[in-house]
Amino acid sequence: MGMLLSANAQWVLFSTLILGMASGMIGCLAYWKRQSLMSDALSHAALPGVVIGFWLIGTKNMPVMIGGAAISALLGALMIQWIRSSSRIKEDTAMGMILSVFFGLGIMMLTIVNRFAGGNQSGLDSFIFGQAASMVRKDVYTMLVLAAIVILVVSLAFKEWKLFLFDPDFARGLGLSRRLMDGIYLAVLVMVIVIGIQAVGVILMAALLIIPAVSARYWTHSFKWMVILSAIFGGGSGMIGTLISTLGVRWPTGPFIVLASSVLFVVSLVFGVEKGLLTKALQIRLQKRELRYAAASGAKGPQRGGEVG
Amino acid sequence: MSYTAWILLTASLVGLSCGLIGVFLILRRMAMMADAISHTVLLGIVTAYLVTRELSGIHMLIGAVLAGLLTAVLVQWFHARGVQQEAAIGVVFTSLFAIGVILIATKVGNAHLDIQHALMGEITFVPWNVIELPWIGEFPEATFILLVVLAVVLLVILTFYKEWKITSFDPGLAASIGIPVVFMHYLFMSLVSVTTVAAFDAVGAIMVVAMLITPAASAYLWTDRLSIMLVLSSSFGVISAIVGYMIAVWLDTSISGSMAFATGLVFLFSFLCSPKHGMLSRYIRPVSASDSP
Repeated sequence: MGMLLSANAQWVLFSTLILGMASGMIGCLAYWKRQSLMSDALSHAALPGVVIGFWLIGTKNMPVMIGGAAISALLGALMIQWIRSSSRIKEDTAMGMILSVFFGLGIMMLTIVNRFAGGNQSGLDSFIFGQAASMVRKDVYTMLVLAAIVILVVSLAFKEWKLFLFDPDFARGLGLSRRLMDGIYLAVLVMVIVIGIQAVGVILMAALLIIPAVSARYWTHSFKWMVILSAIFGGGSGMIGTLISTLGVRWPTGPFIVLASSVLFVVSLVFGVEKGLLTKALQIRLQKRELRYAAASGAKGPQRGGEVG
Repeated sequence: MSYTAWILLTASLVGLSCGLIGVFLILRRMAMMADAISHTVLLGIVTAYLVTRELSGIHMLIGAVLAGLLTAVLVQWFHARGVQQEAAIGVVFTSLFAIGVILIATKVGNAHLDIQHALMGEITFVPWNVIELPWIGEFPEATFILLVVLAVVLLVILTFYKEWKITSFDPGLAASIGIPVVFMHYLFMSLVSVTTVAAFDAVGAIMVVAMLITPAASAYLWTDRLSIMLVLSSSFGVISAIVGYMIAVWLDTSISGSMAFATGLVFLFSFLCSPKHGMLSRYIRPVSASDSP
């Protein structure tokens, strides 16, 4: 297969693979922080920043737009925190509000900018659905650096992350700054989101962060293996999705990546070793059989009616 | 009626029906469900188009309701099998949305169905897309559908007002006194889908989320009474629609974007100035025992 692909397609393949791995890893942290949908809110909240970045420079300059997106997404995250902590509004409501209001503001500004700039230079389509097909060597380097940072952050402080996620009180007792960990987590999450948007787009970025982590959950109880598996699932679906999308003319890459990860999820749901449906069904059957044996080998089995089940 | 009046009427109808539905979304802690349904509705519309090969209102409505219900059922199903609620929502809506986009890209081709329209909405075209009604004459189709949907929403909310109240605030109690909680849940999800798709033409999928959640959240800051919250939320919806339209005309920009932004302004005002839960009142009024959470 690799021989058939053009050089450009190979770059695309490589970068979606790396992006999938990075987002799979950080997705595990988001899953255990119970903030799966945060990524959806933040990726939408990035739009105004992208437009402002475009506005200031006048042309499509990747680093500036990424910087703008990061600032705007961080601002959104802070506002969600603020609304949640200082009013009776719940977190999911705050996320929904920030998501839609920021996106609306972004659309407003985009319409104005497009009128001044003439033509559809900073295309909305590419923001919503990504432009994986147009990625070049430079983008792959960006993603390599990104992935390296994510892997480094997650693995260097692995023990700390575990404490922070599963026993925050104990972590505080040990003198681990919750604020610092929260800050690092948010920074890495935003970084993955704003760079991933380039590839798969706003809506589907959330999928890359959520689905591999949930799928990995079905195979293991160990957090370490969950992170590793989630990275494999994310990278795998990035690769498979990209390969499938090269089979047709003008087939969108992002949606196929998501579809590949959904298929992986369904497979995990059914065949997962730890919590999969098949495993559970087998366990129940086994238990039933044991009960039947116990009932048969005992004289009459437990009396009914004597106890209330 | 003039062109502007039609647009304002349509936008106000969106604000009204979304405001009413939004109150229950917030109270039932299902705000992100609205986000999910507003995306999966796309799949419903595409499927309806592929089956019937036409883009008429009623087919889209049916397709959207089915897609919305499918989303609700799948989320519930995964949640019952141990997936976190949030993660379940994330998995379901992104997957269904991806399928919708793929269907558009591979099957639909260059039909009138384009994604940008579905996501952004184009309220400026609403007054031109008219249907012939008996007695009334020409009437914009989207506005008519919104009127019908608003009537249905009002009817369902008012008929089962007490039941909605109990199921929203205390589902356990509701179940114990024999209210069909599960049925109410899916009925509500259908209402959300119907409202979403009716508002689609006007404000698009993502702005629907703003219209659904933000006015209701603002109203939540002003009152503790459900009936007042419903009235406030729908008024906030209408106010945001009108203010948004004015901003859009003033800056010559996207109408739906401005409306979403206007809901944010209404919320900001409530967040700062509401007498009960606002930020300013906290500094002005000394903390009393009833304030502590």
